[in-house]
Amino acid sequence: MRYLPKSPAERQQMLAEIGAASIDDLFAVIPAEYRLDRDLDVPRQHAESEIVSYFRAAGQKNATDYASFLGAGAYRHYRPVIIDSLVQRGEFLTSYTPYQAEITQGTLQAIFEFQTMIAELTGMDVANASMYDGSTGAAEAVMMAVRVTGRHRAVVASTVHPEYREVLATYAKHQGLPATLVGYDSETGRVDLAALDAAVTEETAAVLVQSPNFFGTIEDIPSIAAIAHAKGALLIVSIAEAVSLGVVRPPVEADIVSMEAQSFGVALSYGGPFCGVIAAKEQYLRQMPGRLVGQTVDSTGYRGFVLTLSTREQHIRREKATSNICTNQALVALMATIFLTVYGKEGIRELAEHNLAKADYTARTLSQVQGATQLFRGAPRFHEFVLQTSEEPALWSKRLMDEKIVGGLDLGKWYPELGNATLWCATEMVTREQIDTAAKVLAAGLVEA
Amino acid sequence: MTNNGTAPKTLGKTRPHQTQNEALVFEKSSPGKRAYKMPPLDVPIVDPAVVLGEAHRSESAQLPELSEIEIIRHFTRLSTWNYAIDLGMYPLGSCTMKYNPRVNEAVARIEGLAEAHPYRPDALAQGILEVIELLQRCLIEITGMDAITLQPAAGAHGEFTGILLVRAWHESQGNARRKILIPDSAHGTNPATAAICGYQVENLKSNAEGGIDLEALARQVDEETAALMLTNPSTIGVFESQIHKIADILHAKGALLYMDGANMNALVGKARPGDFGVDVMHLNLHKTFSTPHGGGGPGSGPVACKAFLEPFLPTPVLVRTARTEGPGTTGLAGQVPETTGQLHWNYDRPQTVGRVRAFYGNTGMFIRALAYILANGPDGLRQTTEDAVLNANYIRAKLEDLYELPYKTASMHEVVFSDKRQAAKGVRTGDIAKRLIDYGFHPYTVSFPMIVHGALMIEPTESESLEELDLFVDAMRSIAKEVDETPELVKTAPHSTRVGRLDEVQAARKPILRWRPSQ
Repeated sequence: MRYLPKSPAERQQMLAEIGAASIDDLFAVIPAEYRLDRDLDVPRQHAESEIVSYFRAAGQKNATDYASFLGAGAYRHYRPVIIDSLVQRGEFLTSYTPYQAEITQGTLQAIFEFQTMIAELTGMDVANASMYDGSTGAAEAVMMAVRVTGRHRAVVASTVHPEYREVLATYAKHQGLPATLVGYDSETGRVDLAALDAAVTEETAAVLVQSPNFFGTIEDIPSIAAIAHAKGALLIVSIAEAVSLGVVRPPVEADIVSMEAQSFGVALSYGGPFCGVIAAKEQYLRQMPGRLVGQTVDSTGYRGFVLTLSTREQHIRREKATSNICTNQALVALMATIFLTVYGKEGIRELAEHNLAKADYTARTLSQVQGATQLFRGAPRFHEFVLQTSEEPALWSKRLMDEKIVGGLDLGKWYPELGNATLWCATEMVTREQIDTAAKVLAAGLVEA
Repeated sequence: MTNNGTAPKTLGKTRPHQTQNEALVFEKSSPGKRAYKMPPLDVPIVDPAVVLGEAHRSESAQLPELSEIEIIRHFTRLSTWNYAIDLGMYPLGSCTMKYNPRVNEAVARIEGLAEAHPYRPDALAQGILEVIELLQRCLIEITGMDAITLQPAAGAHGEFTGILLVRAWHESQGNARRKILIPDSAHGTNPATAAICGYQVENLKSNAEGGIDLEALARQVDEETAALMLTNPSTIGVFESQIHKIADILHAKGALLYMDGANMNALVGKARPGDFGVDVMHLNLHKTFSTPHGGGGPGSGPVACKAFLEPFLPTPVLVRTARTEGPGTTGLAGQVPETTGQLHWNYDRPQTVGRVRAFYGNTGMFIRALAYILANGPDGLRQTTEDAVLNANYIRAKLEDLYELPYKTASMHEVVFSDKRQAAKGVRTGDIAKRLIDYGFHPYTVSFPMIVHGALMIEPTESESLEELDLFVDAMRSIAKEVDETPELVKTAPHSTRVGRLDEVQAARKPILRWRPSQ
């Protein structure tokens, strides 16, 4: 009970001052039959050293020393040390949502800086203080487009992250918001523009695409925007790999950008916490979900920051709110802000260029293996690509794992039409040696197959 | 610097530059400064303009350029402008601002856990899956429910998931039903959630004690009622002692009881919602289970339910194949039986409500919450709850002669006063809250719940010592005196902060939501 700052005598003293005979008096309002009269069946109290040992053992059991070519919405980038030095300061870590602006200017100014950086990177006018993650952010962006347009249909590219699409389906199901799925071009891996044009109608609230898309291919945003806008629909661009914005042209033709900012200095942590964010053109500001920090002045004229436009939010509007979101991902957004400050204007570009080079080398090396073909070569990509192999992925995956390499992600579950296809990602964290080894192991089986 | 570039009126206050005048990070930037160094590229360089063609970004984003020391100073200085639990009592009602143990942070950063990719093969993820399994088992035991999902990212997201379960179950019975009942004392997230799940919200008026009016409930519950969303203890910190009757009324009409678990800090180890008729509920790991609020997140909002709702849980769910009892490999001692056999994610769930989030949830928060449970054990969890309730009642006893107590019902983990007596002098709850800042405390929750006019909602949590509580009581008593003697002092507070009261009207009228170079 090392977290409890009271001695037994102090507890007795307090009970006496309250006028209670025992602590049980304070729980007398709970009907006796519902009071728990036994210990909870949870592990006994553990010493700090035991807790550390337990989680270390769990970490080791996870197998740590593997090279990885996994991406697909969760990316391994180097995390500068100062991120954790700074976010573990108690003043950031143990503070609440900055409702009391006078004593939360630190969090508020940092969020204002985050909003600015996200707007700069995405080419949008404004960005919010964060969403839970990229998947829920995309769903919220579609709901935002419904409010803006007053229309109730969505058109979604099948190259949007499959789990993002599943989340959107869950959100849309009870809001009378049917979504039409549009396929991809087999040469480029890009959304099929003719099919898109056919799918978008005067009833379409939003077109949702991802770029770089789930295959790693960069979408033709200007053409997609033209199709959406011709019918009065909004274009939402989901970005799962934020580092791409260092070198990839931002989707300035979009109306709303929904981004997963995990790549900006956030640990993979088996899928969360990550950091979603919604950015948009200024005219849609009042339909945005989530918190916004704005600049203002204090009573003596000093610049200060406050949570603003809160009349959109649930604590004011209740069932008429733009979203039910309350807690967001503030500390993770702070990690992203620090990451972007460390890399800065030049660094984010250099980092992105390294990713581009690693992926280019990986794609060339692996596709030189006999029996392996890189798909969708007809369009530019960032640091992910799809590889088709003559041998089943399960077979060569096992061989790679024996060499302590986790290879590309099997796409069979989501895109069975692609055959033995896997999604490979090469960030700045993989080495040439690992890439060459992967190619060698792959080749060993494919030649026989 | 002021907004219009003129020198601010400083009112004689000195403002040392380290703590008072930190500019925006963009204003500190100058071209050519760097805080990073990339390692040499071990593969051939590519020309981005050639590889990307029209998709190449020609103009760089205007990100700041600083050196490492400047970045450390910048964010360290900003941090000093925040109040935090680490500095003192943070009695924000409904938010459960308890101590955030540092071992939680340490273990969440252990390499094998922090660097695990969500799509790594299950065989390489057994360690983290065991952590998730054990946390699930602990939370099921604590809530007295039968099944759980950890996928929701925060409390409101948990509400959304829980109401989806309610809806899916009703649909499986042939009728999704039309409305959700919500007491007027509820958090704003409750009605917002019901609305996005496609339900009409019907307001349930509280009775004279601030609780559920059983007769009104019986009148309002009908065959179109899907569920009641109930916070228990309620937002005024009162346990619904008729809870079983509430559940009976609902169940008799086929409606379900959803519990908002925001206030579980009053119940852990003392009473279990599953035992008193709750069908589905969410927890806030960032409230009850000590994961840090971090200035507004990340949270985590697991949803626990009774067995009949289990088939509807979001995909995937964690299952263990060939489960056999035996000594576990991570060697954790305790009453929970350890198991062997492989853990894996099951996606084959035909009745599922679907996914509510990519991957499996805010796993980093699961690690922290489990570390908290392990540090406490059954006896520590119970003592924690008892201390939280003791602290709230102590504050109530020490302040009820000066502040109006609108509901005399016994308090659990928080106490709600009103500003009725102070309002007579023209001082409102918001003013008292701001004045509390001058005494070195974070304000309580202001003007909530809405059933109390001018509410002061105080939740001390178990983390406050008697000494800190007495300081808080002294401050509140002193402010009550100031309201009588020098009300202007309170109405213009705070007087000790770096910035004074901020102009929220201007912020909303002409929103400035980002920095621009021209500013």
